[in-house]
Amino acid sequence: MSDTKKDSWHDLQAYTSARIAQGRSGVSLPIAANLKFQLDHARARDAVHTAFNIHSFIDSYLAAFPSADAPLCVASSADSRGQYLQRPDLGRQLPEAQWQQLRQSLKSEGGSDIAVVVADGLSSAAVQRHALPLLALLLPAIANQGFSLAPLCLATQARVALGDDIGEAIKAKLLVMLIGERPGLSSPDSLGMYITYSPQRARTDAQRNCISNIRDGGHSYQQACDTGIYLIAAAMEKAQTGISLKDESMLLDSPTTTAIPFLKPSA
Amino acid sequence: MPFSVNIGHQHYVFADLKTLLAKATPARSGDSLAGIAATSNEERVAAQYTLADLPLRHFLNDVVIPYEDDEVTRLIIDSHSAQAFQLVSHLTVGGFRDWLLSDVATTESLRGLAPGLTPEMVAAVSKLMRVQDLILVAKKCEVITRFRNTIGLANHFSTRLQPNHPSDDAAGIAASIVDGLLYASGDAVIGINPASDNTQTVTRLLHLLDDVITRFDIPTQSCVLTHVTTTLELINRGAPVDLVFQSIAGSQAANTSFGVNLAILAEAQSAAHALQRGTVGNNVMYFETGQGSALSANAHCGVDQQTLEVRAYAVARAFSPLLVNTVVGFIGPEYLYNGKQIIRAGLEDHFCGKLLGLPMGCDICYTNHAEADQDDMDMLLTQFAAAGGSFIMGIPGADDIMLNYQTTSFHDALYIRRLLNLPPAPEFFQWLQTSEIMDERGVLFSGAALPPRFARALVLPGAS
Repeated sequence: MSDTKKDSWHDLQAYTSARIAQGRSGVSLPIAANLKFQLDHARARDAVHTAFNIHSFIDSYLAAFPSADAPLCVASSADSRGQYLQRPDLGRQLPEAQWQQLRQSLKSEGGSDIAVVVADGLSSAAVQRHALPLLALLLPAIANQGFSLAPLCLATQARVALGDDIGEAIKAKLLVMLIGERPGLSSPDSLGMYITYSPQRARTDAQRNCISNIRDGGHSYQQACDTGIYLIAAAMEKAQTGISLKDESMLLDSPTTTAIPFLKPSA
Repeated sequence: MPFSVNIGHQHYVFADLKTLLAKATPARSGDSLAGIAATSNEERVAAQYTLADLPLRHFLNDVVIPYEDDEVTRLIIDSHSAQAFQLVSHLTVGGFRDWLLSDVATTESLRGLAPGLTPEMVAAVSKLMRVQDLILVAKKCEVITRFRNTIGLANHFSTRLQPNHPSDDAAGIAASIVDGLLYASGDAVIGINPASDNTQTVTRLLHLLDDVITRFDIPTQSCVLTHVTTTLELINRGAPVDLVFQSIAGSQAANTSFGVNLAILAEAQSAAHALQRGTVGNNVMYFETGQGSALSANAHCGVDQQTLEVRAYAVARAFSPLLVNTVVGFIGPEYLYNGKQIIRAGLEDHFCGKLLGLPMGCDICYTNHAEADQDDMDMLLTQFAAAGGSFIMGIPGADDIMLNYQTTSFHDALYIRRLLNLPPAPEFFQWLQTSEIMDERGVLFSGAALPPRFARALVLPGAS
């Protein structure tokens, strides 16, 4: 790598996770930076295409919550990953038979206050890594608020709006969906939490609240749980979610630098 | 009015103009998602045969979205120049394709023709063209725009420096700007996609960019890509706005879902004009588009995504933009599934925009759930530059850490400059030379030590 040119400003890397000052071979990316990019892209692709391992997730869940009901498992109307990626409409719908099955699984006629769904979305890696630790905080916190919980539901080939069908079928007043987000090159395992009051088909995204970027280097489980509980309590009180229900808790506001320490004051 | 054709023993009927255009479109996932794509390969070619025989004049009397319902249609029809159209008014769509490729169609004749073309004519002819046709004809078009430098000169190539940061952190953004400038990026614009729409954040970023441009005396322009109404409000409060940004689409309903209409765009253009911040010209608008945006807004009106994309260019051209950028692979695989679809769409968009007289750039990009990778981006970049594309994005290491997608890097721009001998805008190129970042042959400085202008201004953390 003797012909590779290093960039004298590489110390600026301390200020951003952007891929600055990578150096050059001629005008091109040096091999080390090129391989790092390929590795990160491979991980992001794998996050999209690796199937959500439901069985191992159920084992871990029941080990963490020994007295919990066995989770309900559903799949959207998209029958393959290829179809899921090209037909988001199918990923938003439960097949009729599954809807009926969920409805028949109901133990009480009145349903429950809150249902939680864990869904693969666009990153199974996000769900495998972050869903259980988040549930470990979130489920007890919901119970502490005095709300009744439906059995956990696991969904595959799922878009956010699949939760509307699920919530309607199991008669939940409010639905919390934990779903793998579109993976970024530097964040293949980002989890999102979507909260929808009175879930039913034809709800729009403007009628949900979202906490995104739950991952290492993003929002912590505790931040996500605290904000989630704040939004859930407010939604149950006001009987709505969406743009009218702003996050006034300010928990997710991260401070930003407004000064540029490496720039000398201008003369 | 239905159209029909016999292909062998098969009789094909297309119910109306928008159906014919949709069925004639080369395959892409978005049209399948909308349920309007050809259902077989033969049906697609049958539609192309039918379209090839359609007189261009037909498009002046038959629209894809009704005139009464849609202000974009009204703009297209009301602003059409019959005089400019005369040059090709005798041609069919197929004949127009041959004419465009012929030596009669020169840079000058195409410039004169642009006001006589409607987006639907241009979309239609592009559906009958192969990639090499799209490249060869687009290369003949020259569209030059100016603000603090000159963009779009033949055999020049510009880049937008895109220093995004997930929390709009000033130091993080500035670090990417320094990196980009030292890699010779930023003549099209230094443009930030803010993570927050908060007016205080946007104001802070506008001042940050203005300070950098003033302090380093860079002949370029800045933009914070926030909603036009936010920019308008900030202009009224005295913020240093160079360019007004807005995403636009090809139907009134889609633009409504973006919270814009022609009147708002005109108001913003006029407010930015009044600031008189340009030095060599006053093209103050920066538009972004992308196939599939109308469908994703549930406002496609049964029209294929490529025709809608070109209708968005009719909106753009009403406001004499400095830059129009088709963000081709951003929206996801449900609209453009793979590298092949992204590459063709990028070249179609460039061709169609240029033919209509627009300064077309391309955000050559993909998301991680699309079937695409860096090789696909290299192919589109090379073909886009060969076609005479005006500008691309420039970002550290091709990784946008705020928008979570991959676009072209500073290195990618250096590659295409070296391969095809394409310098940046002349004013900016001159600045790079006086700043000792590039020499007059376009060779970048070594990077081993900061150029004097930057050494004087920066304190590197490890340097003390």
